[in-house]
Amino acid sequence: MSSPQEIKLTVNGKAERLSVRPWVSLLDTLRHHLHLNGTKKGCDHGQCGACTVICDGERILSCLTLGVMKDGSEITTIEGLGQPGNLHPLQEAFLEHDAYQCGYCTPGQICSGVALMKEGHANTREEVKELMSGNLCRCGANTNIIDAIMAVKDGAHE
Amino acid sequence: MSQPTLPHTQAEIGRPRRRIVGVQKVTGQATYAAEYTPDDLLYGYVVNATITRGTITGIDERAAREIEGVVEIIHHLRRPKLGYFDMQYSDIDAPPGSPFRPFYDAEIQFAEQPIALVVAETFEAARYAASLVEVTYDKAPFDVDLHKNLDTARKPKKGIDSILKPMPPDDYGDFDGAYAAASATYEGEVYHRSQHHNPLEMHATITVYEADGKLTIYDKTQGTTNSQIYISGVFGMKMSDVRVIAPFVGGGFGSGLRPQYQLVMSVMAALHLQRNVCVQLDREQMYTFGHRPETLQRLRFGASADGKLTAVSHEAFAETSRFEDYHEAVVNHAGMLYPVENVHLEYKLVPLDRYSPLDMRAPGGLTGVLAVETVMDQLADQLGMDPLAFRLKNYTTTDVSSGKPYSSKELRACYEQAAERFGWDQRKPTGKHPQRGNRLVGHGMASGIWDAIMLPAKATARLTTEGKLLIQCALNDCGQGAYTVMSQIAADELGLPFEDVTFEYADSKLDASPVQGGSFTTGVVGSAVKAACFALKDKIFHLAQILDGFPLGDALLPDVTFTGGEIVLNADPSVRIPFTDIIAFNKGKALEVSKTNVPNPFKIKKYARNSHAASFVEVEVDAQLGVVYVTRAVTAVAAGRIMNPQTARSQILGGMVWGIGMALREETLLDRQLGKFMNTNLAEYHIPVHADIGELDVIFVEEKDEIINDLGVKGLGEVGTISMAPAIANAIFNATGKVMTQFPVKLGDL
Ligand code: FES
Ligand code: FES
Repeated sequence: MSSPQEIKLTVNGKAERLSVRPWVSLLDTLRHHLHLNGTKKGCDHGQCGACTVICDGERILSCLTLGVMKDGSEITTIEGLGQPGNLHPLQEAFLEHDAYQCGYCTPGQICSGVALMKEGHANTREEVKELMSGNLCRCGANTNIIDAIMAVKDGAHE
Repeated sequence: MSQPTLPHTQAEIGRPRRRIVGVQKVTGQATYAAEYTPDDLLYGYVVNATITRGTITGIDERAAREIEGVVEIIHHLRRPKLGYFDMQYSDIDAPPGSPFRPFYDAEIQFAEQPIALVVAETFEAARYAASLVEVTYDKAPFDVDLHKNLDTARKPKKGIDSILKPMPPDDYGDFDGAYAAASATYEGEVYHRSQHHNPLEMHATITVYEADGKLTIYDKTQGTTNSQIYISGVFGMKMSDVRVIAPFVGGGFGSGLRPQYQLVMSVMAALHLQRNVCVQLDREQMYTFGHRPETLQRLRFGASADGKLTAVSHEAFAETSRFEDYHEAVVNHAGMLYPVENVHLEYKLVPLDRYSPLDMRAPGGLTGVLAVETVMDQLADQLGMDPLAFRLKNYTTTDVSSGKPYSSKELRACYEQAAERFGWDQRKPTGKHPQRGNRLVGHGMASGIWDAIMLPAKATARLTTEGKLLIQCALNDCGQGAYTVMSQIAADELGLPFEDVTFEYADSKLDASPVQGGSFTTGVVGSAVKAACFALKDKIFHLAQILDGFPLGDALLPDVTFTGGEIVLNADPSVRIPFTDIIAFNKGKALEVSKTNVPNPFKIKKYARNSHAASFVEVEVDAQLGVVYVTRAVTAVAAGRIMNPQTARSQILGGMVWGIGMALREETLLDRQLGKFMNTNLAEYHIPVHADIGELDVIFVEEKDEIINDLGVKGLGEVGTISMAPAIANAIFNATGKVMTQFPVKLGDL
């Protein structure tokens, strides 16, 4: 167990200086050190997608990433995408399409969906389904989630 | 009471409403159990046994205690005092038997039994130190094999849970004779392994040790009252010293119907250390408690040449633990769905060295109806009948197994509307659909049935000093949409706009609530909310009657309408009394009523009370690889009144996805030598993912039920799952001609 290291992260536009031990995942860095609990832990193994955040423009699984690996990175979590009263179009679409039940997969689905649209290689519904399949939803809100993403992709929520 | 001339608040019931907690969920502001941030929070990590049965002979903590930040290690030799009697470990959903007692003694009763908790300043230190705890054991022989122990199968003991899960009726008619005389017969087995709930949020509890020694507990549970009762029992604490809060639950599906071991451990550590402690299970540990039981079913069905089902024998053998008789209603449904006169039913348990099973979405019904409905298609095939025509030929409005008429049953409308939407008339006989590329195509359908359960529940309604409505109940919601629906019910009853209703929930200090499950929440708690609001209305009206100047004259309650936050006199709508006037008259004080709604047994007992569904499914089966794709499906549901069509639709969609899971994906594989589950993670335990799901469509048919409860609501959580799984199996048969008898269906079966 080595000693804590100083890292700098820009999280949701805010510069953060943190002292974390190397064995702390980026997920727990966010949850336990920054109290940004919007990012969820569904497996801690890279198998469910609940912990998806946007790191330097790409979607990553924050449970498979150590905090210290991302020193200097820019991270966007669900809290940074939009807030009550100032929702991101995909957050709004999730409300409209009832694209959640328990809500536990939701931050990961939304972060993943936002980054997916930026990636630009998911054009059809089938492609979106395929490329969103790393984000599990145990409540079975799947079709509503894909509907919400397609609606935003097609500009219904611009 | 609606009068066209009166201003009318738009009816909330039946109106699609976004969830009141939606914005919190999509912005990451919803706080789940492990996410509270009390001061100086410690983290506990559970150590699980590495043997399946035996005794702990030693625990070597030295290496673990070397780790910086480790505060304490708790186990059966170092723990607060625990209850002595079985009853103290009981909970609302406990089956008959002796509930498992975490950390009670050195005995190991099942694989991965939790045996110690390492508590540390950080999660990482606790986790690492937990891996260093060295435990020695005396091993004892064990047996976890259902098939090998069928000869030990016995009838379950009866307990209070038999109210929710009735034992099968005694045999009636003459099965043997009718089966021998039948023109078409089918005999076969249906089998599925254990399955795990796997809510996406792993079970977690934070216990806050308050200055006065009382506990505030943030728990992942489907019943705050249930967790409260359990903890006060186990630790011999006063109920009022234990407060359980759970406003957001990341999925339950039954896993939170009983208090799970992380709850006891978090409380144990908090009491022992007088500190705040968080215990969250890891994903692997999510496979160490309850699950859907592995079940083997044997069926013999017979029908006459003209397509009447004449004989049903349905036997089931399910696993349970050695310490509790967990049981389900598996074999009861054929006789409820179809008017068959000659029936033999048997449900037996095989006690094994495993943890007790636990209700998992549509418990029993999914297992049993999957078997019944796939066998029905085999009979239809033999008779050369269309599967839907066969079911219509055997339609009944009476539950023949109990001799009672259904309080309402619009299954026929489900069949008709779903068949039409699906295009069932395009269905071809088995193996006759034109191939799409290298994929075989099949269409299948099936029926679903679930009990509409009524229980007592209590709620409080308060007219606030601002003239708005506050509703309170300890009920919590894992995503079904109860908070929104309860607010809709309350708004309608008091004639207030939806925005003027606040619902306080998910806190055990509020009125006790039953667990949230079994599809009964809306009917049960909704009826209590309605009753409380009605009583409040009555109280408001009584004050209105004696207002200065008697503006209502001698009008009685039926002579006025509550709407828009006012009492309006029907005979003269210009006479309006705002609720705020009533509050002023009450010296500025709020008005409050608590009400327990108890179902009227004399009224409901005379009827069979069930929700119904029908699913129609198209599959494509890769002719070479055997991969099955559910390309599209329609489910029609008859479940009484639909309170919120938007959240209701999501409930059924979720159920349909679970049906896909049951038919094609989910099983937990047991290593019979080691007595342990093997695929204990989400990469190897498959649940349906986005790419697995085709077009899903939901229909709610109109169904009026004046018997079941004042709301006419039957519930939606389970029924949509039940019809979906067999419809998929039947579609596979239609595509391939192969009968599915083991679930999930695997490539090798095709
Ligand atoms: S928590 Fe990271 S993928 Fe599941
Ligand atoms: S909404 Fe519950 S897991 Fe997706």
